[in-house]
Amino acid sequence: MISISVDSQFVHKVWNDVELSKMVDGGVPFAMGSDGGGAIGRAYGVYDEVAGVDVRGRFIIDPDGVIQGMEVLTPPVGRNVDETLRQIQAFQHVRNTKGGEVTPSGWKPGGKVLKPGIGLVGNVWKEWNPKDVYGKR
Amino acid sequence: MQEGKASCERPAAVVAAMESAETGAREEPKKEAKGMTIMVGRKAPDFTAPAYHKGSFVPVSLSSFLGKWVVVCFYPGDFSFV
Repeated sequence: MISISVDSQFVHKVWNDVELSKMVDGGVPFAMGSDGGGAIGRAYGVYDEVAGVDVRGRFIIDPDGVIQGMEVLTPPVGRNVDETLRQIQAFQHVRNTKGGEVTPSGWKPGGKVLKPGIGLVGNVWKEWNPKDVYGKR
Repeated sequence: MQEGKASCERPAAVVAAMESAETGAREEPKKEAKGMTIMVGRKAPDFTAPAYHKGSFVPVSLSSFLGKWVVVCFYPGDFSFV
């Protein structure tokens, strides 16, 4: 985990010391990177040139350095860490099965996976039903 | 990585395209982001940034996480509410 904003590393330290360490035991455990000038945010398409800040972008990067997932939110809405963890678990499952098993919508660890193949074409409905994961809505 | 001195200098973050992974060399941030399309399934642009990490000022590089899953989170600013 790396967090990044345009604030300096010195401000990161003070924020950790005076506020975040009161929310997280032992303080922030990961590196808090400084992106003064926005070069990193620009490279990732999340730097707001007008406001001069990095907006709320989140990138899941695999062991090969490949982006597997990304999400970008405007500043007033916070992220859902559980959803990020779920996505990482799903990407790890796919990677561990070398793509032999893929995770349908709403998948959670232990949930129904699909095995892509010619027999599945047009037959997903036999294997997977949205009501099973989402209930009646 | 060596702990950086808490000097008044503000070393800028360095972004490098994965293709030309020149490590160590401090160069001007590449402003032209052409050819560095952000897309799922593509390589994440490598970067090195000044950072605060558990009591130390140490640079953090994305490439140091190769071989591990890593989440990179951008946010608008320290002391913001959300």
